[in-house]
Amino acid sequence: MSVATTTHPGGHEAHHPSGLLRWIQTTNHKDIAVMYLTFAVIMLLIAGAMILVVRAELFQPGLQIVQPEFFNQLITLHGLIMVFGFAMPAATGLANYMLPLMIGAPDMALPRLNNWGFWILPPAAVMLVLPFFLGLGGVGAGGIDTGWTIYAPLSMQSGWGMDFAIFSVHMLGVSSILASINVIVTVLNMRAPGMTFWKMPLFAHGFLYTAIILITIMPVLAGGVTMLLLDRHFGTNFYNAAGGGDPVLWQHIFWFMGHPEVYVLLLPIAGLVPHILSAFTRKPTYGYKAQVYSMWGIMFLSVIVWAHHMFTSGMSVGGQLYFMYSTMAISLPLAVLFFCWIATIWRGSLTFETPMLFAIGFIVLFGWGGLTGLVLADAAADPQYHNAYFLVAHFHYALYPTTVFGAMAGIYYWLPKWTGHMLDERLGQWHFWVALIGFNVTFIPQFLLGLAGMPRRIPDYPLMFADWNMVSTVGAFVLGASHLIFVWNVIKCVRGGKKAEARAWEGAEGLEWTVPSPAPYHTFETQPAVK
Amino acid sequence: MRGVRGELVLGAALALASATATAKPFWAFPDPVTPIARETLHVHNLFMAVIVTLFFAVLAIMLYSFWKHRKSQGHQAATFTQPNSRKQWAWVLAPFAGLLILDYGVFGVPAYHAVLSYEDTQNNAELVVKVTGSQWLWQYEYPKEGIKFASHLTTPRDQIDNKAPKGENYLLEVDNPLVLPVGKKVRVITTSNDVIHSWWVPAFGVKRDAVPGFLREFWVKVEQPGTYRGQCSELCGKEHGFMPVVVNVVSQAEYTAWVTKQKEAVAKDKELSIAVLSLDDLKARGEKIYATNCTACHQATGMGVPNVFPSLVGSKVITGPVEEHIKVVLNGRPNTPMAAWSKQLSDADIAAVVTYERNSWGNKTGDAVQAAAVGKLRGDSR
Repeated sequence: MSVATTTHPGGHEAHHPSGLLRWIQTTNHKDIAVMYLTFAVIMLLIAGAMILVVRAELFQPGLQIVQPEFFNQLITLHGLIMVFGFAMPAATGLANYMLPLMIGAPDMALPRLNNWGFWILPPAAVMLVLPFFLGLGGVGAGGIDTGWTIYAPLSMQSGWGMDFAIFSVHMLGVSSILASINVIVTVLNMRAPGMTFWKMPLFAHGFLYTAIILITIMPVLAGGVTMLLLDRHFGTNFYNAAGGGDPVLWQHIFWFMGHPEVYVLLLPIAGLVPHILSAFTRKPTYGYKAQVYSMWGIMFLSVIVWAHHMFTSGMSVGGQLYFMYSTMAISLPLAVLFFCWIATIWRGSLTFETPMLFAIGFIVLFGWGGLTGLVLADAAADPQYHNAYFLVAHFHYALYPTTVFGAMAGIYYWLPKWTGHMLDERLGQWHFWVALIGFNVTFIPQFLLGLAGMPRRIPDYPLMFADWNMVSTVGAFVLGASHLIFVWNVIKCVRGGKKAEARAWEGAEGLEWTVPSPAPYHTFETQPAVK
Repeated sequence: MRGVRGELVLGAALALASATATAKPFWAFPDPVTPIARETLHVHNLFMAVIVTLFFAVLAIMLYSFWKHRKSQGHQAATFTQPNSRKQWAWVLAPFAGLLILDYGVFGVPAYHAVLSYEDTQNNAELVVKVTGSQWLWQYEYPKEGIKFASHLTTPRDQIDNKAPKGENYLLEVDNPLVLPVGKKVRVITTSNDVIHSWWVPAFGVKRDAVPGFLREFWVKVEQPGTYRGQCSELCGKEHGFMPVVVNVVSQAEYTAWVTKQKEAVAKDKELSIAVLSLDDLKARGEKIYATNCTACHQATGMGVPNVFPSLVGSKVITGPVEEHIKVVLNGRPNTPMAAWSKQLSDADIAAVVTYERNSWGNKTGDAVQAAAVGKLRGDSR
């Protein structure tokens, strides 16, 4: 690697245009990471605000605030934005900032591609939400309104908000494929001398497998939505039974992307959490190899279990049994990960700073998400959970701890490295406890609502569901407020605070803690040697 | 280690006690009334008891560690990173062996039987009912008996808009419930006219999608007479939350009487399809049909919803040739929420509703459309 060994005089100085042009032109992984993370947090707040309108509507039976057609747009955009606008860019942002620092590389392998990958996102997000806001202003029929699953043939009926969403999905797909290529090339080729595959940080392992899954699944979704576009405007009949197609084909295509997507979101966090646990227990990671093997297992299983989302769509007995048993198999590699995480904690020397709290919060809540997933795997009982609030609660227990608690853990853990300031520990603790309480008060009632028979995606409900919905709405607003504490804490940390040392946390290990805090604009122009 | 094990056992005992001691744990489904629902509830209770126990057992271990291994207590970190002795390996592998048994034994075997029983739709079925989902109502058909009717939500709009107090069965009441005989195995076939819907009655333990262009099936054998309620559970557009399922399960004698009455109604409808009615009679009949089938989109005022559902007031279709108007109602508009009503409404119904639309809200064409005219177009339309 000739690049890696080149040093130029005054190497740590930043040479870049100032103002807006810096951000548009930048090929620096740290700049791009900051943009990814900022974008993700803005999307989190937008999609969060949308769902708070939904929760406000569901506070009481009857229609008070929004009409059903608008309600459907809100739930759809909430799902799409959270997955594609918040969760994936947040993880990509963390990877962009930290992968080069953790593996001792000067930058990502493909810096221009990196810039392009990010700058596709904002226009894609605008495409996704523009019809919604135009609809609010009385122009057009509003945004996409089919639920984030975009089931055919309902998606044939929607207005041009659907076409915008299709193009947006294409762009988001291109963006994440570019980012994935970059991660794979970087992790495989740019590691510091001496850092063998089996010495790589687990975060690099996790994101590498996420990238591989993404490259496998995103083209399938792109193909699927292209077929939808053709059905809508060019007279094909892929999803139209009257023309020889099959609406259930869409479900297969969608869930072939949609299920692995869960692990796309999980694996970077599963890779990140051991670093945090190890730092705050002052104890080496337990079962490093076992964790990597488990990630391989999860990566493989993720693409062969998709139709467990479709047990009520109608499936042969053999199909049901296969998808049930293969889904249950995921519990094994996941259990290995949990075992290793807990074994890392066991007999450590524990302190509970904010990143550690979020990492623990992730383990506990995601644990419950995983266990309820085992229940949902049962093909015969699944109809009682499927498309009811039990399912909604389950996947929020799987996704929220992963994408939000996990990302928060990472952000709080590395914030001193990024800003050069320690964060306000007291605010961080407030954020954690308010979020934890808000989250559980929101979603525990939803398990009970589902068991009592409340379907999802309804703007109004029978009277027997009124009490728990009220509790859930209160919880949702508490949860929403917790994110404002987070934003305030980050702003505060950027502006000032106790000076952070190179090794900001006592027990932190890894190359990223060998560079100063804040990390200079260019790092590891000379690659460090790893023993 | 002794302390951990103690807490583990305690946690397990507590969870199991709560699951078994009370007949109905807090996580139970609505009371089951079919063999499938009972079997499903049994599997569900088993799964829940196990996962709740597991969750709290592991949480207890974590909490113990948080308490015991704090740095502030001066606890020194250990350095182990993997099992080293044969005994440690045994401790590590035991949970996974346990999980394997749990997955494919404790869960897998009862789940296997439950799946087989769920799919046993055709053996010894004594009655066949076809359920067709439609935006936004359910149609029920008894093919052998020749009975067919639609089932709409009857909750008044005022209750939904909070202008009137909500009734006991708010959003769970319909005009024509499905009627089934108690104790008979019924094979239910589902399909849809437009988008995917999903038919669900929690007390029956069954949910099955209604997929347009395809037939799906399930079976129920309801063991207790009564009225059972559920809702559509696949997002099917604007009124997804407003197409409930109501099933009246009655004794065999009541069921037979009901079938006879329905057959009479069918005969009467046939008469109507050849009768010639006056404009006023057609309008009066049409107003009712419009109210149950059309107001969700086109609104009671006929004005629709701007940009989403077209207004019928002074519209080209309504004021133009009658044939075109009838064809739109019969065949719908492809790729829009405008459904093809040919399968759901009889000739007499369509004639009445078309007449109503052409002579209401300021539309004054004066046409009295007769059932025969619809029947003629129905023949041509395919």
